Amino acid sequence: MAKQLMTFHVNGETMQVAASPTKTLLEVLREELDLTGTKHGCELGHCGACTVLVNGAPILSCLALAVECQDEEITTIEGLAHENHLHPLQQAFAERGAAQCGYCTPGFLMSGAALLEQNTNPTREEIKAALAGNLCRCTGYTKIIEAVELAAARMRETPEVISNV
Amino acid sequence: MVIGKSLPKIDSYAKVTGAARYADDLKLPRMAFGRILRSPHPHALITRLDTSRARALPGVLDVITGQDLSHTYGIMPTTQDETPFAIDKVRYVGEPVAAVCAVDEETADEALELIDVEYQPLPAIFSIEEALAREDLKIHEETKRGNIMKEVHLDFGDVEEGFEEADLVREDTFFFEGTTHAPMEEHACVADCGADGKITLWTSTQTPHYVHREVAKVLQMPLSHLRVIVPPVGGGFGGKCEPFAHDFAACLFAKRHGRPIKFGLSREEVFYCHRGRHPVKMILKTGVKQDGTITAVHLQTFLDGGAYASYGLATVYYTGALLTVTYKIPRYKFDGMRLYTNKPACGPKRGHGSTQPRYAFECQLDKIAEQLGLDPAAYRQQIAIDPYSTTVNGLRVTSCGLVECVDKVVAASDWKARRHRLPAGRGLGIAISSYVTGAGKAIYWNDMPHSGVIVKIDRGGGVAVLCGSSDIGQGSDTMLATIVAEELGVELSDIRVYTGDTDLTPVDMGSYSSRVTFMAGNAARQAALKLRAWLLEAASELLSVPADRLTAADRAIFCVDDPEKRVSFVEAAQKAEATHGTLSSVGSYTPPKLGGNFKGSGVGISPAYSYTACVAEVQVDPETYDIKVEKLWVAHDCGRALNPTLVEGQIEGSAYMGFGEAVLEEQVFRKGLHKIPSLLEYKLPTIYDTPEIVALHVETNDLEGPYGAKEAGEGPLNPIIPAIANAVYDAIGARVDSTPITPDKIMRALKEQQRQKASSPRPQPQVPMPV
Repeated sequence: MAKQLMTFHVNGETMQVAASPTKTLLEVLREELDLTGTKHGCELGHCGACTVLVNGAPILSCLALAVECQDEEITTIEGLAHENHLHPLQQAFAERGAAQCGYCTPGFLMSGAALLEQNTNPTREEIKAALAGNLCRCTGYTKIIEAVELAAARMRETPEVISNV
Repeated sequence: MVIGKSLPKIDSYAKVTGAARYADDLKLPRMAFGRILRSPHPHALITRLDTSRARALPGVLDVITGQDLSHTYGIMPTTQDETPFAIDKVRYVGEPVAAVCAVDEETADEALELIDVEYQPLPAIFSIEEALAREDLKIHEETKRGNIMKEVHLDFGDVEEGFEEADLVREDTFFFEGTTHAPMEEHACVADCGADGKITLWTSTQTPHYVHREVAKVLQMPLSHLRVIVPPVGGGFGGKCEPFAHDFAACLFAKRHGRPIKFGLSREEVFYCHRGRHPVKMILKTGVKQDGTITAVHLQTFLDGGAYASYGLATVYYTGALLTVTYKIPRYKFDGMRLYTNKPACGPKRGHGSTQPRYAFECQLDKIAEQLGLDPAAYRQQIAIDPYSTTVNGLRVTSCGLVECVDKVVAASDWKARRHRLPAGRGLGIAISSYVTGAGKAIYWNDMPHSGVIVKIDRGGGVAVLCGSSDIGQGSDTMLATIVAEELGVELSDIRVYTGDTDLTPVDMGSYSSRVTFMAGNAARQAALKLRAWLLEAASELLSVPADRLTAADRAIFCVDDPEKRVSFVEAAQKAEATHGTLSSVGSYTPPKLGGNFKGSGVGISPAYSYTACVAEVQVDPETYDIKVEKLWVAHDCGRALNPTLVEGQIEGSAYMGFGEAVLEEQVFRKGLHKIPSLLEYKLPTIYDTPEIVALHVETNDLEGPYGAKEAGEGPLNPIIPAIANAVYDAIGARVDSTPITPDKIMRALKEQQRQKASSPRPQPQVPMPV
C-alpha cells in the first residue's frame, strides 16, 4: 500500500513520517522514528513488550494502527526520564536488579509508570493487576514488584517528582 | 571493596532507558531484509523447489535454498547432521527450506508465497515409543539402527549385588514433558560485508565463539574473515547456543550483495528453532537399607530428541552423569538413549538434561522416605555426599553446602512444625539438587583455555576489560567489571567492559553450563592481579613504602599502616606505564583435567558443583484439583555471592522457570503440528501465576572459584519441580510421576490410588525396549 504522510506527537516532539497505513504504531515507532526502546516479543498482543502510553494510558502498540494514533500524546520509554532525571521507577529497577536481560523492561516501566501516575500507594494485588499483561522470562517478577513498591514509596515521599506520564 | 555488594549492573541504565540496542534494533544504511520459508510437513521429501517466481518479484534481491549452503554442520563435532536449509528432505514442521532477501519485509513475505515447493509426505514419528518401533522408517539415513541417535551404557560397580544387599528396592517410571525457553527477545541477526570481503555478523547468541566456528565453516571462509559480535541479548536459557539458518543466510546474502541484511524471527518461528528441554522417559530403580542408606541405583533414560542432534549427545550423558553428586551412591548403572523424532530439535535448556532425572530421583526418594518412616528433609541430609569426595562415576566434588541448604529451607518454611499439620489440601514438599559450574570440557576438545580476558589501563585512569563472553541478562559483564574493580581499587563506573566480539575479545566458550563467573571471572582476576602488581610496584617507588604494605581501593594505592601515604590510581598508572610500557595484561582459565577414563567421562565433570534445596508449599483444590503453588523457599550454595542481588535474581528466575515446568509448560504436538506456538497458548507464568519466592544464600567459599564463587544461573531450577510434586502428594495424596502436574493427572492419580494401584504416567503404547 502506498505510503501516507503521518504526524505523531511522541515524547513531547512532533514528527512527520511517510509510512504505509497498514503499519502498526510499534513498527512506525521502531522503524520510521528510530525509537527502538519499545520492543516486540510476539506482535500478537500476548506479551506486553510493546507497551507505550497513549494519553497516559498503556496500550499494546503492536495492535494499534499508527495512522489512528496521530492526534494522541504518545509516551515511549525514551520519554520516561525527565531531562536527564530518571523516573523513580527507572531508578528503582536499576537499583533493585529488576532488569536482567532488560528486554521486557521498557514495557514494564510504561505499565508501571501509568499505575503510579494514578496511584502512588498500590497494594501488591494492584501492582500485579497493572503488570499482568507484561511477561518476563528472567526475573520471576519478584524484583520487579519490589522495584515498583520502592518507586511508589519514593514518589509518596517526594510528590514534586516531575513525571512525563 | 565491591565484591559482595549489591551494586546496580553496569548496563542497568541502558536497559531502563531503552538505550540498549538488541540485534533487531540495529539499523544500517541500505539494509535489506530476510525471511525464511519453512516446511509445513513433519516428514517429507522435497520433490520440487522452484524459486524463479520469487526472484522475479520487484524488490527481491536473492533467494537461496539448501543447495546454496550444502556444507553440513552441527554444534557437536561428532554429530554434524544438519544443513542450514533442508536438502531433499524435511524432518519437522518449521524446518527452514529457503530464504528470501528483499528491500523490505513485506516484499520478502510476498516472495515466500511465490516459492513453488512440492512435497511427498512420509509417515512421521512423534514419540519415543514410535521411534523405537519404526526401525524401518529412518529419519536420518546415517543412524546405525532405526532412529537411535545415541546409546550410552555405563556401569560403576555391581548394581545387582547392591540390590541384593538392599532391604527395600523400588522401581518407578517417570516422564518429563518437553518445554521450551521462550526468551522475551526473538532470535535476530544482522550481517554486513565490507568492501574487503570480510563479514560482520551481529547476532543474538549465548555462544559467539561456537557460532563463529560453524558459520565460517559452512560459508567456507577463514575464521579471520568473519567477525561475530553479540549485542545485548534478551534472554537465552540455552535456546541461543548454536547458529541458526538465519545466521548462515544473512552472511551469504551480505557476501553476495554487499549490503547489510537483517533477519528478525517471529515468535512462532522461535518455537520451531526450539533446542529446548528433551521429553524424557525414565525408569529408576533404587535399593536402600532400612536406615535409608543407598546401596545401588539403576537409571534408564529415553530422550525424545526431535529431528536433529543439537547438543543431544551431551544431553544423553547429562541425564545420567549428575545423579551421583548429591548423595552417597556406591554402585550406579546408567543406560541412556536418544531418539530422533519429527519435531523441532531439542537441545540445552537451563539444567541441560539433569533436570528430568533429578525430578525422578527426588520424587522416588520421597516415596522411599515414606516407606521407611523417615523425614524427607533429615533423610536427604543423612545420605548427603561429603564435601571433597569423588563420586562412583569419577566426579570430583569440592565445596558442598547441601546440608546447610536443607537447614535453611527447613527453618525458613517452618517445616518441622507445620508439616502434616496443615489444613486439608495444603502441603509441603522438599527436594534438593546440584549442578555443574561450567562444563569441564568444551564442546570441541582441545587443550586451550576456556576463557580469556584482556585488561588495559590507560594513563587517564580508564580501565577496559575485554572478554569473549556474552551477557544474556545474568550480569556477566558486571561480574567482569566487579572483579577488575576489586583488584585495581577503582569504581565500577571507571570500567568499560567489551564482550562478545570475535575480532577484539579473547575467546570465551559462552554463556552455557553456568561457566562464566567461574571461568571468565578467574581469567579476569588473573589479568587484573598482574596489573595490580605493577601498580603497587609503581606506588611503592613513588611512596618509598614496600609493596606488601600497600593496597588499592577508592581510586588510590595507599599504605595499610598509614593511609595518608597514598598516590592516586592515575599517578600509579602513569608511573607503571613509564616503567613497563603500555599497560595491558591477559588472563586465562583452563579447567583442571578431571574425571574418569571411560567413554562419556567428559560430560558431568566440572571444576565445582553448586547445591540447592527447595521447600514448596502448595494448595490443591479438593474438587477441581487446581494447583496453587503458594510459596517457594530456595536455598542455594553459590560458593560466594559476588553481588547478592544478582545471585538472588538468578535464584528467583530459576525458581520461576522450574515452577513453570512443574505445573504449566509443555511443548506438545498434534498431528505433527506444534499445538501452541504462541506466548498466549504456551503457558509461561504471568505475574499472577508466579508464587512468592524466598531466595536464601549459602556460601561455602569454593577454593577454586574467583573469591570463592560458583554458579547460580541454572542450579536453583532443578529442585523446584520435584519439591512441588512432593508437596502435591503431601497436600492431597496424589503421586503424579509426570510433568506438568495438572488437575487431570491429579484426578487420575487419585482414582488409581482408590483402586490401590500406584500412579503411573500417561499410558504409553506397549513396545519392547531394544536389548
